[in-house]
Amino acid sequence: MTTDTGRARRPAVDGWFTLDGEPALLGSRCTGCGTYAFPAQEGFCRNPACTSTEHTPTPLSRHGTIWSYTDARYQPPAPFVAPDPYPYVPFAIAAVELAAEQMVILGQMVAGVGTDGLRVGMPVELVVDTLYADPERGEDVVVWKWKPAGGTPASTTGSTTGSTPGGGDHGA
Amino acid sequence: MARDTSRSVAVLGAGMHPWGKWGRNFVEYGVAAATEALRDAGIEWRDVQFVAGADTIRNGYPGFVAGATFAQALGWNGARISSSYAACASGAQAINSARAQILAGFCDVALVVGADTTPKGFFAPVGGERKSDPDWLRFHLIGATNPTYFGLFARRRMDLYGATPQDFAAVKVKNARHGLSNPNARYRAEVTVDDILASPVVADPLHLLEICATSDGGAALVLTSTEFARRHGVTGPMVTIDAVSTVTPTFPQTRIDMPDISTDSGVTAPPGASGGFKPAVIAAAYDEAGIGPDDLGLAEVYDLSTALELDWYEDLQLCKEGEAERLIRDGDTTIGGRIPVNPSGGLACFGEAIPAQAIAQVCEVVWQLQGRAAGRQVEGATVGITANQGLFGHGSSVIVSR
Ligand SMILES: [Zn+2]
Repeated sequence: MTTDTGRARRPAVDGWFTLDGEPALLGSRCTGCGTYAFPAQEGFCRNPACTSTEHTPTPLSRHGTIWSYTDARYQPPAPFVAPDPYPYVPFAIAAVELAAEQMVILGQMVAGVGTDGLRVGMPVELVVDTLYADPERGEDVVVWKWKPAGGTPASTTGSTTGSTPGGGDHGA
Repeated sequence: MARDTSRSVAVLGAGMHPWGKWGRNFVEYGVAAATEALRDAGIEWRDVQFVAGADTIRNGYPGFVAGATFAQALGWNGARISSSYAACASGAQAINSARAQILAGFCDVALVVGADTTPKGFFAPVGGERKSDPDWLRFHLIGATNPTYFGLFARRRMDLYGATPQDFAAVKVKNARHGLSNPNARYRAEVTVDDILASPVVADPLHLLEICATSDGGAALVLTSTEFARRHGVTGPMVTIDAVSTVTPTFPQTRIDMPDISTDSGVTAPPGASGGFKPAVIAAAYDEAGIGPDDLGLAEVYDLSTALELDWYEDLQLCKEGEAERLIRDGDTTIGGRIPVNPSGGLACFGEAIPAQAIAQVCEVVWQLQGRAAGRQVEGATVGITANQGLFGHGSSVIVSR
């Protein structure tokens, strides 16, 4: 479990994603109503029509399409961890729709991808990448990020939320 | 739809402490605003029976018990108190708390107060390592600030509806012009589209001059029963609050919003079931007051960013989805246009003083309806609406009429 820096990797948050092979976000699915949740839900279900308290851990789709995107031109405040060594390099952020789960999940785009190359509807895939280095422990702290998956962006002339009923601000 | 004023409360007085970066104790701003509202109402402090405070979470314990803090500062008078925290909607929750006490007959005279002192720069979560707090995690795992979300909504308008950076900048130009002579506004200077587009990008596509600052400020209202207002000798048209909407989203909330990293899953919802959160907040206000968008003379909306003001046009049903750019291009939402939006200058001219802001929006609508908005007066308005959204499923809309 090392990165290309040769250092050991440590997840920035425990239990939210897998590290090896084809990494995936770890969500849950309610045994009563089938609704997905990320991060994984325990106990109560968020569906008001459901009284189930059991949720099956489940990896989420590794591919999705961009719902929207932006970037962080200025270094965010703590608890964002400042890069070491400096300087701060702006990064893009995308909100990504997962078709099967019908949910949107936020994440950084991988380094080197600017907003110029992004479009609403563009396919992306999930990767695990360095969030920041922890020199004290000699580890790279890693997190999920989105990476362009190639292929043709879905049409943006119509609703790009077709896979997500109510995914738009204004509904159907 | 029949206009419903059976559950209206009277607005007897409104007051504000000017917005700025004064760096003094928030209590000072709240007391100044309250004193002005009481003077405006012609009500003595000792006659106030209920104090509703809107909380600030950045100023220690006195901020958590704002109702008591303001009551003590004004001099304990034995009034009943409440303190409300609801993120950016805290002020509206305080108004609603006072309204409920009046309508239930527990009191006749209530004072609503909100005030804040804010730190510089991006709003960051409160300290400590809190790995189960989504507000902490979004900063730590993603570096997602509030402008991140503003950028997402703005980019979506560009890709879906053909909005341009010039459209967004036009919102700021309009609001800056509106607020020029507002004595309570922090920023009173004209800006051009070129100025805005030349300012640094903070969160693509939004520039520094398109994102609202954080401010110090205070706002207050004196609310009474309509019977009390008549006994008190209100002459001329009485200004009343006819609706206060503070509804939550409805599951599944599948639109990403501050401070969440993920949305609900839509798999259990019938297709097209959700109309979105902000439209629902507005619809509940229209429904409660028995009015619709055609009745409005003005609107004060939460322009946390320029692009978000355009979203509100659609949420308020001033136009169809995807048509908000046409309203700003045609000048419909400028003072003198079909439906002026943010005649106060909005957050663009004020910056955000969180617990005071939703109250300040109502103060502006009240002054507009009374014809007291010198230099920014909307002529002939009889109904105004406020619209506001904050973190964690909080939003509000207040309808005021005369
Ligand atoms: Zn369930």
